[in-house]
Amino acid sequence: MELTRLTVSETLKKIKGKEIGIAELVSAYLDQIENLNKTIGAYITVCREDCEKRAEDIQNKLDTGENLPLAGIPAALADNIVTRGVLTTCASKMLHNFIPPYDSTVSEKLRNSGAVLLGKLNMDEFSAGNSNENSYYGPVKNPWDFERVPGGSNGGAAAAVAANMACFAVGSDACGSLRQPASFCGVVGLKPTYGLVSRYGLIAFASSFEQIGPITRSVEDAAVVLNAIAGHDPKDSVSAKSRHPDYTVFLNNDIKGIRMGLPKEYIGTGIQADVRQRLFEALKVFESMGAVVEEVSFPMTEYAVSAYYILSSVEAASNLGRYDGIRYGYRAEHYPDAGDLYKKTRSEGFGFGVKRTIMLGTYFTGRDCYDSFYKKALKARRLVTEDFEKAFDKVDIIVCPTVPVTAFRAGEKADDPIGMHMSYVYTVAANIAGFCAISVPNGTDSKGLPTGLQLIGKPFDEGTLLKAAHAFEKNTRFDKPFDVIC
Amino acid sequence: MKGLNIRQTEYEAVIGLEVHAGLAVNTKMYCGCKTEFGAEPNTQCCPVCTGMPGALPVLNRKAVEYAIKAGLATNCSIIRYSRQDRKHYFYPDLPKGYQASQHNLPLCTGGFLEIEVNMSAKKVGIRGIHIEEDAGKLIHDESGKYSLVDYNRSGVPLIEIVTAPDLGSSEEVRAFILKLKTILEYTGVCDCKMQEGSLRVDINLSVRRRGESTFGNRTEIKNLNSVRAIVRAVEYEAKRQAEELEKGRSVRQETRRWDDARGVSYPMREKKGADDYRFFPDPDLCPIVIDDAWLNEIKSSLPELPDEKKKRFVLEYKLPAYDADFITGSKQLSDYFEEAAKRCRNHRAVCNWLMGDISKKLNESNIEVSDIPVSPENLAKLVELTDSGIISWKIAKQVFVVMWDTNRDPAEIIEEKGLRVINDTEEIRKVIIQVLEENPKAVEDIRNGKEKTIGFLIGQVMRKTGGKASPGIVNRLIFEELERLFHE
Repeated sequence: MELTRLTVSETLKKIKGKEIGIAELVSAYLDQIENLNKTIGAYITVCREDCEKRAEDIQNKLDTGENLPLAGIPAALADNIVTRGVLTTCASKMLHNFIPPYDSTVSEKLRNSGAVLLGKLNMDEFSAGNSNENSYYGPVKNPWDFERVPGGSNGGAAAAVAANMACFAVGSDACGSLRQPASFCGVVGLKPTYGLVSRYGLIAFASSFEQIGPITRSVEDAAVVLNAIAGHDPKDSVSAKSRHPDYTVFLNNDIKGIRMGLPKEYIGTGIQADVRQRLFEALKVFESMGAVVEEVSFPMTEYAVSAYYILSSVEAASNLGRYDGIRYGYRAEHYPDAGDLYKKTRSEGFGFGVKRTIMLGTYFTGRDCYDSFYKKALKARRLVTEDFEKAFDKVDIIVCPTVPVTAFRAGEKADDPIGMHMSYVYTVAANIAGFCAISVPNGTDSKGLPTGLQLIGKPFDEGTLLKAAHAFEKNTRFDKPFDVIC
Repeated sequence: MKGLNIRQTEYEAVIGLEVHAGLAVNTKMYCGCKTEFGAEPNTQCCPVCTGMPGALPVLNRKAVEYAIKAGLATNCSIIRYSRQDRKHYFYPDLPKGYQASQHNLPLCTGGFLEIEVNMSAKKVGIRGIHIEEDAGKLIHDESGKYSLVDYNRSGVPLIEIVTAPDLGSSEEVRAFILKLKTILEYTGVCDCKMQEGSLRVDINLSVRRRGESTFGNRTEIKNLNSVRAIVRAVEYEAKRQAEELEKGRSVRQETRRWDDARGVSYPMREKKGADDYRFFPDPDLCPIVIDDAWLNEIKSSLPELPDEKKKRFVLEYKLPAYDADFITGSKQLSDYFEEAAKRCRNHRAVCNWLMGDISKKLNESNIEVSDIPVSPENLAKLVELTDSGIISWKIAKQVFVVMWDTNRDPAEIIEEKGLRVINDTEEIRKVIIQVLEENPKAVEDIRNGKEKTIGFLIGQVMRKTGGKASPGIVNRLIFEELERLFHE
C-alpha cells in the first residue's frame, strides 16, 4: 500500500481505523517530497521538523478521543497564504525573508481541523503568471512530463498533489489559477463562490477576483476540505454571512434531471481537437445519467479576458504598493534617500511578470486612462456576469473544458503574454462573476497529457456543483488519481 | 512682509478650507487598535494598520456614525450609498502604498455653516465630508542619517471637511474654524485638540481684483494646526499673492508650507506627476449603505447644536445675543452655565461671572472649562447670596477668589470671614460721620457744587467697613449727613 496515493477520505478512514499512524503517514510524504522536489520544484519550504512534531500531537489528540475532521492529513499551502512562524514568500525575492507574526484564517482553520502542514508551495511570483515559470525559486515542472509546465499560478499545488507530495493542497484562484493547473496535472481544482472562504491572510493580487480553494485527488476530498475552510470571517469584510452546508451530503450520485448548459462560444476556434473530443464524451456520460444538456450563449466572452486583464492589473498594482522595503521583506542595500530606496527595492525585489503587471495597472488608472480602460472594463465585467446570470435562469450547471489546450512546453509562451492569457479564457468568467467552479480530470489527449472538465455553478451552490462533479468522477474511468510517471 | 495691506487694495482673497478632524473613537478605522494620543511608538498597531501582506480592513462603524453626525450638524445631505477609494502615493509613513479615503462618493455633501463677522452673517458652503485613515508619523534623526516611523497614528479615523471657496478674509476663516470646532465638540465627533493634531487645516487661497468673477491661480498651504497659524498664514499668503500680481507677475499654482516661526509660507518640493493618485474603489471594503433606521438613530443621538442653543438661551435665560453667543461658543461652558443657572434666579449674573472673572482666570491659568475649580452649584450660591443682599458685589468678588482656590461653599466663607453686609444704620452712620470729619476738603468741594466727590467719600466708607456696608444705606445716609453739615 502506497500511503501517499490515497485520497483524503481514504487516508482518514485508515487513520481513524488505526491502520496507519500519523507519524508514519507524514514521514511517507516527507520521503516523497525528498525524492521528487528537486526535480519538480513544487515546494519552496518544507516544514520537516514542525510536521513531525505536529503528527505526534495530533496522534495524541486522536488517541484521547478528540474528533478532528482532517486529523493527521498531510497538506500543503500555496506560498501566498500567510502562515504564522513559517516563511511566506509569495515566490518572490521581495518576501524571501518574511516570517509572518500572524496566521491567515484558512491556515488557522486547517490547523484547528487537525491537518499537518507539510510546507509551502511554489507558484508564479505574487500570482502573476499562468505557467509557474515566474518564480524567484525556479519553475515548477509538470509531473506528467517534466518538459511541460504544470500551469499556474498554483503550479506547485497541482504538481504536489499529482505527484503524491501532499494529500491535498490549498491555493487561490484569480482567473483559473487552481483549475487550470489542476487540468494540466490531472487533479481536482475547486474555486468556491467569492466570499465563501475568508481571504484574510491571502497575499492579495486581484482582490475582487481571487478565492481560496483546494486542489485534491477526488471531488469528495474537495468537499471535505471545503467544509474545513469555508465560513464567515469577521476579519474579511466581503466574506459571506450565511452558514454553509456539509458539502459531502450532496455527493449522492443522483443528477437525474439536472440541466447543464454548454456555451457555444467555448467550442469554436482555438480549442485543441482532442480536448473537444473529451468534452463531448463527458457530455454523453452526463446524459447517460439523466442530466439534460443544452446549448447556452455567452456573447460577451470575447471581452472577459480583457476585462480581467485590466481590472486585475489595477488591483494588483495597488496591492503590491506595500512592498517598499520599509517594514519587512527585501530592502535594497544602498540608497541616498527614501525615493531611491523605493525605486531600488522594487526594481530588485520584483520579477519581470510582476513589474509588467504593476506598470499596466498603474497605466490603466492614470488620469487619462481611467475612463477609457478601467471604467470600460468594469462595464464589461457587468456584461459578462449578466451572460452567466441569464444562462443560470435556464440551467443549473455550465459545462465546458477547463482549458482549451493541454499542458504546453516550458518556455513555449514566454514571449507571448496574450497567448498565455488565452489559457484562462474558459476559467476567468467564474472569477469575473464570482461564481463557483471546479475542474475534474477528463482523460488525456493524444500525447497522454491530462485534460480537465470544468463545471460552473450558481453562487453558493457548491452543493450542486460538487454533486455533478462527483457523479461524473464516479461514472468515468478517472475515478482514481492518475498514475503519474514518477 | 511690509507694505501692501490687502484690505486697502483692489484685490480680494478667495479662500476654501480642507479640515481634517480626528474622530473621537477608541479604535482605528479598519482594525481594533487603540487611538490614544502619545503612546509609546509602535505599541498601537497590528498587521492591518502596518500593511502586512494579506491583512484586510474591516470598517469601524462608529467612525461612519461620527462622520454622519458631523454631516448632519453642518446641514449636509447624507449619501445613502457611498464607497471607499484607494488614494495611491508612496511615503514611508503610508504602509499600504495607498490611503483608504473617499473620492467619488463622500458620505456627506452639500452643507453649509453660518458665521458672523462684524455683525453680518454669512453662509459658508460645505462641499462634502468624507472618511479617511490617517498616516503614521516620520521622526527624522537630527544627524540626518536615518528616519524612524511610528505607526500608532496609521489608520486613525479622520474626516475631511471640504468647504466651498466662500471665505474672503482671515476674520471669516477664523470665525469658520471656531464655529466648526464648536460643532464638532458639541456633537462629540472630535475633541478638537489642535495641539495634538486632532484638527488640521489646509488652506486653498487665490486672489483676484475685486468684482472679478473668475478665480486666480491658487496655492494650497498644508497642515496648519492652530487658529493663530491659520489666521497668519491666510494674511501672509493673500498679501504675497496680491504683491505678485501688483508686480505684474503671476501666481504659481503650487503647494506650500507654513513656517510659523518665520511667519512665511514657502513652496514644497514638487514631484512630477505625484498628484495623480489613481483613485479606484477599494475591493476589500463593501459599499457603505445607510438605511433609514440607522440614519434616524444617528439623527436622534445628535445633541442640541450651538445655533439652537443660542436661541434658547436668549429666550429662556433672557441673555443678550452677544452673551448667549459667547456662552454657547463652547459646549462645556454652556453646560456649566446651565448647571449653575438652574440653581439660582439671576441668570444674567451667572453669565457675567462666566464672561468676566471666570474667563479671565481660565486665560491666566491656561486651563480648560472642564477644570474650573468652582462648581456650578457654588457659583449659583454665590449669585444668590449677592442677589439677596447678604453680600455686596465687591465682597462677592473677594469670596470668589477664595472659592477658586478651595471650591468651598460661599456661605461658609462669608460666615467664617464675617463678610455679611452691614445693615445696621447707626453703625454705618458712625463711620460716615468719621469719614466726613477726616475729609474736610472733600466736604468743602461738594459744598461748592463738585458733586462727583461724593463717590470718593462713599469709597472711603466702604473701605472702612471692609466693603461690607450695604451700598443702599451708605448712599442714603451720606446725603443725610452732608445735608446736616451744610445746614449747621
